[in-house]
Amino acid sequence: MTSGPASLLSAQVRAGERSAVEVVERHLDAVARIDPELHAFVTVLNDGAVAAAAAVDTVVAAGRDPGPLAGVPVAVKDNMCTRGVRTTCSSRILEHWHPPYDATVVERLTAAGAVVIGKTNLDEFAMGSSTENSAFGPTRNPHDPSRVPGGSSGGSAAAVAAGLAPIGLGSDTGGSIRQPAALCGVVGMKPTYGTVSRYGLVAFASSLDQIGPFARTVSDAALLFDVIGGHDPMDSTSLDRPAPRTATVVGDGVDGCRVGVVRELYEDAEPAVRAAVSAAAEALAGAGAVIEECSIPEVRHALPAYYLLAPAEASSNLARYDGVRYGLRVDAPDVESMNAATRAAGFGAEVTRRVMLGTYALSAGYYDAYYGQAQKVRTLIIDAFRRTYEQVDALLGATTPTTAFAIGDRVQDPWAMYLSDVFSVPSNLSGDPAISVPFGSDDAGLPIGVQVLAPALGEPMVVRVGAVLEAAAPPLGQPRLADRALLGGSSEPS
Amino acid sequence: MTARESQPATARGYEPVIGLEVHCELRTETKLFCGCRNAFGDEPNTNVCPVCLGLPGSLPVLNSKAVELAMRIGLALHCEIRPSTFHRKNYFYPDMPKDYQISQYDEPINVGGFLELPDGYRVGVVRAHLEEDTGKTTHVGGGGRIHDAEYALVDYNRAGVPLVEIVSAPDLRSAAQARTYVAELRSILVATDASDGRMEEGSMRVDANVSVRAAGSADLGTRCEIKNLNSLRSLVRAIDYEAARQAEVLESGEAVVQQTRHWDEKESRTVALRSKEEAFDYRYFPEPDLVPVAPDPQWQTDVASALPPLPAERRARLRQLLGAPAAPGAPWDPGAPPTAAQEDQIATVVEHGLDELVTSAAEDGVAPSLALARTANEASADPHRARGLDRRAYVSLLEMEERGQVTATQAKAVLAELLERGGDPVDIARRRGFEALGADSLAGAVAVVVGAHPNEWERYRHGEDKLAQFFIGQVMKVTKGKADGKTVVAELQRLRG
Repeated sequence: MTSGPASLLSAQVRAGERSAVEVVERHLDAVARIDPELHAFVTVLNDGAVAAAAAVDTVVAAGRDPGPLAGVPVAVKDNMCTRGVRTTCSSRILEHWHPPYDATVVERLTAAGAVVIGKTNLDEFAMGSSTENSAFGPTRNPHDPSRVPGGSSGGSAAAVAAGLAPIGLGSDTGGSIRQPAALCGVVGMKPTYGTVSRYGLVAFASSLDQIGPFARTVSDAALLFDVIGGHDPMDSTSLDRPAPRTATVVGDGVDGCRVGVVRELYEDAEPAVRAAVSAAAEALAGAGAVIEECSIPEVRHALPAYYLLAPAEASSNLARYDGVRYGLRVDAPDVESMNAATRAAGFGAEVTRRVMLGTYALSAGYYDAYYGQAQKVRTLIIDAFRRTYEQVDALLGATTPTTAFAIGDRVQDPWAMYLSDVFSVPSNLSGDPAISVPFGSDDAGLPIGVQVLAPALGEPMVVRVGAVLEAAAPPLGQPRLADRALLGGSSEPS
Repeated sequence: MTARESQPATARGYEPVIGLEVHCELRTETKLFCGCRNAFGDEPNTNVCPVCLGLPGSLPVLNSKAVELAMRIGLALHCEIRPSTFHRKNYFYPDMPKDYQISQYDEPINVGGFLELPDGYRVGVVRAHLEEDTGKTTHVGGGGRIHDAEYALVDYNRAGVPLVEIVSAPDLRSAAQARTYVAELRSILVATDASDGRMEEGSMRVDANVSVRAAGSADLGTRCEIKNLNSLRSLVRAIDYEAARQAEVLESGEAVVQQTRHWDEKESRTVALRSKEEAFDYRYFPEPDLVPVAPDPQWQTDVASALPPLPAERRARLRQLLGAPAAPGAPWDPGAPPTAAQEDQIATVVEHGLDELVTSAAEDGVAPSLALARTANEASADPHRARGLDRRAYVSLLEMEERGQVTATQAKAVLAELLERGGDPVDIARRRGFEALGADSLAGAVAVVVGAHPNEWERYRHGEDKLAQFFIGQVMKVTKGKADGKTVVAELQRLRG
């Protein structure tokens, strides 16, 4: 089993071989050189990160336990609240908003000794699949800067792929961790709904949103998941039980595991992606897994249902950006005009589209036909997965239908953009865990991701299958836009 | 006085049909979904946090004490407690931090109960559900009117305070009955310690749904909802006004338009706010940030068994104290039936939660009728202080009055001071120079008065009893109010032989 750069760095810092300050400064230096072109970060915490690292070094020097992520730099998606550090959601409406509190995941990172080095770019309020919907400009794909990194967590995916941080946090509402992970050639996991606290995650679609890890190896992703997971009394939808532990089982293999290859999760993908799924299935069989072809026809209805449910919840979640209490305010003669002018100026086109779509779907006379019907579809999908898991332990498919597309390609065609999420959305509707692991590249050298799904609380299973795939994956070329030394797993200062 | 008020709906042959929606703030330590203090009157925007300010990323966590108080209310109103869910009610308003209100919609915690008025009439309770309160907007400049204001200030201390909304069936038939319902409901809320029921502080707010129909008809007319009823007085006046207005509309051959109307206390009328067509589309949908509330049977049993005696039961106990039948319709007991005035006194005492003053005085041997009268007529003027009144001081004052050591008028003055400042009633009476005249000097005073008014005395002697009042007045004048009326009458009767 490959350990990852995060666990190596943490081991070195804990052993006193390297100082956290030096590790963090090394990464901040890479950010300063590479990010002007990559644009993975909205805000870089230069001084704050060094101060936090110094605090970790003090703990180490005092002989106390600095935590499992001691001194490890983390890139945090800019829709998770950081006390005193602006949290923009890549929106004009929150451009200058400084939260007075930390998200639970940020508290847990800090308690584990990790150091937040910056807040990463996203599609505005996490609505998009390319990070082009950011009010502050798109993030580039490290493998080809003319292409998108995917989205909405494109900034965290690109930062981890380029070596600017060994691990990162994203949020996944319809694929927003797994899709950019696939397009940038890194590991991304969406945990079971309720295993990671949403407290402090700026809501997009509350019943679907879930925070999860980005990493360059499955074991680092598992390490990060174990730190952020677990019950949180501040989140009523947080499961009232310990999150499953994953780091200790990553290397357990798949001998005897039954893995279903889901036709609907790859057959409409482009040829290179389909080939990767087949190769991945063979690799699992080679490792002792029992491979079965299977079909879940209900997942074909996932995308339409998702594009009613998510905007419906978003239309309500985003109502609070009204110019009254915080964020942007555009003055007007009365309150209603002020609300309208503020929202018109503060929200981008995609957010506006989804708020209008969601408002319509919840309106009197339309609720049953749209929102109500979509909820029924969601229930059908949950039941379909449950039946499938009576036969198999895990499912395999593609993460995305295509590899990274060119910046600007799908901006004018929302439906083409929405189709990027067609394989990832079903897991959000079912609430089950899924991981995307890099598995080779297409002819242009662009990364391909394959996806492993498991029933609720099946994180141990997805990391076990993911680690086997990682070990069997064809080599992926180095990103063009990256700090090669940091990517090389070099533990030495450069 | 407008023409409408002088011509009530009933006089025009119409019967009002009224249903009430009562919002009451629950007496919890903290708010419904966060740990902020639930307190009235604090410095603006001091009891706030990311959750009740609706900051991005914050999430609600349900306060189980609020659920318990909601169950108490439900049980006291004979409701069925059901597994329930929360919904979001979406509309933009500056004093609502999230621009949606978390409320219960089609699955409320309490359904299908009733409230029994003191006269035994049952009013259906459709539901009693949990929801969060909004903040409070103050319009500044332009004389405080919304449309002329220069700017508005919002205090979010109240945002997220737990409310229970109690929705009655359209079972009420007059403004007076609506008043009785609200008073009785307030007593229940106070008795169960679920709410302090203070309308003046806004912790209890009433909206009235009013329609009228031809007397004797079973159909329901088109209703209007009246908002801004800040007192029982407003409630009565607004319902009377609105019923008369609707009767006039119908009489003139037009149809009542379904509307939300605002009670304008100054102008003494209701004015249209918005019609049904303009009503908000609240786009209710299940609140995804909360899980269903399903109080288990054990919890329900615990709450039910901890319920204190309710007003109906307490009124019955006071009636028994007077030696009266336990309920209005119960078989007659020839002891000492409560008079109509005493029924009112009982209702007042229970409404203000002052039963303890009456029962403890009676236990100490004070005549229940006297304890009841003083408690209902005097102590209840300041119910808050009356509840804190020292029991022994109160009993001692009533005993002084019973023994004729102070007159009724003097006893009332001493009680007022007791409520205000506390102390020993004997000392207060002495300091104020109160002492009822002893029997000897009173007899002297009566003799003087009788001698001074021979004509009146002759008439009284020949059975004209009402002249007793004349003599009492004269004796009072002579004794500067120190005489006790009953003792004067006794002396007059003794002289008459």
